[in-house]
Amino acid sequence: MAIPLADQLKMYKNMLLIRRFEEGVAEAYADGLIGGFTHLYIGQEAVAGGAIASLNHDDYAIGTYRVHAHALCRGTSPRRLMAELYGRTDGICKGKGGSMHFFDNEHYFMGGYGIVGGHLPIAAGLGLGIHMRSEDRVVMAFLGDGASNQGVFHESMNFAKLWDLPIIFVVENNFYGIATDVRVSSAFNEIHRKAQGYGMPGHVVNGMDVIAVREACDEVVSYVRQGSGPVLLEARCYRYQGHSMTDPARYRSQAEADLWRKRDPIPRLAKQLLAQDVEQERLDGFQTEVNEIVADSMQFAEASPRPGPEALYEDLYAENYGG
Amino acid sequence: MAEMRYYQAVTQAIQEEMARDEDVFIFGEDVGLVGGTFRATEGLMAEFGARRVRDTPIAEAAIVGLAIGSALTGMRPIAELMTMNFGIVAMDQIINHASKMRYMFGGQINLPLVIRAPGGGWTQKAAQHSHAIESWFMNTPGIRVVIPSTPYDVKGLLKTAIRSDDPVLFIEHEILYNTKGEVPEEEYLLPFGVADIKRPGRDVTIIAWSKMLHEALKAADILAAEGIEAEVVDPRTLDPLDYNTIVSSVARTRRCVVAEEGWRNVGVGAELAARLQEDLFYDLDAPILRVASADVPTPYAANLEKQALPNAQKIVDQILKITL
Repeated sequence: MAIPLADQLKMYKNMLLIRRFEEGVAEAYADGLIGGFTHLYIGQEAVAGGAIASLNHDDYAIGTYRVHAHALCRGTSPRRLMAELYGRTDGICKGKGGSMHFFDNEHYFMGGYGIVGGHLPIAAGLGLGIHMRSEDRVVMAFLGDGASNQGVFHESMNFAKLWDLPIIFVVENNFYGIATDVRVSSAFNEIHRKAQGYGMPGHVVNGMDVIAVREACDEVVSYVRQGSGPVLLEARCYRYQGHSMTDPARYRSQAEADLWRKRDPIPRLAKQLLAQDVEQERLDGFQTEVNEIVADSMQFAEASPRPGPEALYEDLYAENYGG
Repeated sequence: MAEMRYYQAVTQAIQEEMARDEDVFIFGEDVGLVGGTFRATEGLMAEFGARRVRDTPIAEAAIVGLAIGSALTGMRPIAELMTMNFGIVAMDQIINHASKMRYMFGGQINLPLVIRAPGGGWTQKAAQHSHAIESWFMNTPGIRVVIPSTPYDVKGLLKTAIRSDDPVLFIEHEILYNTKGEVPEEEYLLPFGVADIKRPGRDVTIIAWSKMLHEALKAADILAAEGIEAEVVDPRTLDPLDYNTIVSSVARTRRCVVAEEGWRNVGVGAELAARLQEDLFYDLDAPILRVASADVPTPYAANLEKQALPNAQKIVDQILKITL
C-alpha cells in the first residue's frame, strides 16, 4: 500500500531534523559543549525515519548508543535531548546519561545502551512483559551489524522465537563495527539470514530509501502485531561520519564513501515528493523550520543549568535507607 | 511457629507473593517442571501454571535481561540463576544494565526485579562451582544485595525483595537449603538495612552472614566455654548495610572479626574493617581481623577445600589472638 503523502512529508521532515540535529551536535562537540562518546547518525536517517513511523505511540522502541535519531522520531523534545548532550538539568535524563543513554518514558523510548548487544535481552524482556500483560503492543529493537556477533544477540533471538514474543529486530547494517568490516567479523554476513537459524523470518531492505524502509516495517510490524512471533529486518545503510566524533574513519576509501553519498536518502525522497507535485518551496520551508528547531534546542541547552551537587546521589534507588 | 527448611521458606515467600500480586512471575533453568535444582520452586508450576512459572534455556545473560525488560513494562519478575557461578555469565546484564539504568536514565524508571541465586562451596564442587562473590555486587551501586542465613530471614526478606521497586540480588546458599528453622505461621516481612544480633555478647563482635553466620555461632559456643562472650551480628542485607548496628556493637565490645566465605582480598571484611577503624580507631582494643577464603581457586580435594574455606575453628583461632 502506498504511503500517504502526509506521512511521506513527515518522514522527510524527520530526516531533515535528524541531520540538522546531528550537525548541530557536531558543532557543539567541536566547541567543547558536549563531551564523552558521541555517535552521529548522518547517512542512516532513512532507517529510524522510516521504521519508527510504522509504530503506534505506545509501542516500545529500544536502541544502541547511536540513538539521537530514534528518540527524535519517537517524538522526544529536541530541546531536552540537546540539553542532555550538554549535561544539563533539563536533559531528558537530567544530564546523567549523555549521548549514549537517551531514554523517554513518555514516548516509550526505552533507552540507548552502550554495550554492543546488551540491550537485546532487555528488548526480549519488553516483549515478554507485553506477552504476560496480554497487551496490543510490539517492541522495535534497533541494533548494528556488529551486535549480531555477540552472544546475547543469539540468546535473545532464541528467546524471542521460543516464546513468540512481539519483537522486530531492526539491524542497521552500516557495514562497519567501528573500523572492522562486516566481512571480516561475521562468518555469515547476510545478517537477515541469521534469523533462519531460529525459525524466524528475516528480510533485507535498502536502508537508504525511507519509503522502502517504511513499507517493509509496516509489513513486519503488522505481522508481529498479529501474534505471529518475532521478525528480523536488515536495513543496509551507511554512516557518513566515523564511528564517533573522535574517529576520522581512515579505514574506508573515499570512493566507497562517495558512492554511498550518492544514495543519500534525503534528496532521494525530495525528488519523489517533487514528482508528487509537492512544491520545492515547501521542502525549503521544512529545512528552515528544522534549522530553527535545532538552533532553539542549542540555545535552550546552553541556558539550562548544570546539575547541582545534590543531584549526585539522586535517582539511584526508588527506595532509600539510612546508613 | 512452624519449622521449615530454608528452601521451603524460599518457596513459601514466592508462593505468597505470586498469589498476592498477578504481576509477580518467575523463570529460570529448571524452575518449573522439576521445581528447581534445589527444590526451591517446587509446586509453583502446578499452582500457577507454565505462564507464570517458566522454564528457560540455559542463557543466563538473557534471563537477567528478560527480567529487566519485563520489569520496564510493569511486571515484577523473579529470575532464578541456578547458581551464583552462572551469574558470572550474566555480569553484563547485572552490572552494566540492571544496576545502572535507573540512575543513568535520570530516575525515569523503577526496576522491580529479583535475581535469586545460591552461592557458596563446601561440597567439593571445585573452582568453578564454589563462588561466594557478594563483595562484587556490594561494590556496585544500584543493586540491593540480600544474603539471608536462616529460613526466617529468607522468607521475610524475599517477600520484601519481591515488593521492592529496585533490583535485588538475593543470594541463597546451597549448603543451607536443607537447614531448618522456625518461621511464623502468620504473614511477616523483614525490612532491608536492619541487621540482626543473632547472639549477644560483650567481649568481641563477629560479623557474619549466610553460611558463615552458622560457623560464627558455633565459634561463639566454643569461645563461651573459654569464658569469651562473642556477639554475632548478621547484617542480612549487605546493600543497604545496617552500619549503625555494626558500629555500635563494635564500640561496645572493642574487638571485631569479620567472617566471610568469599576471598579475603578486597572482600566485604576489608571494607568493614576499613570503615570501622575510621570511626573507632581510638576505641578499639585490637586490630580488626578477617576470616575468609584463602586466595586461591577453590580446590576439589576434600582436605584442600577444608584448608581453603573459613570455618568455626578458624574464627575461634583469630578471636583468641585478640582476646587473650
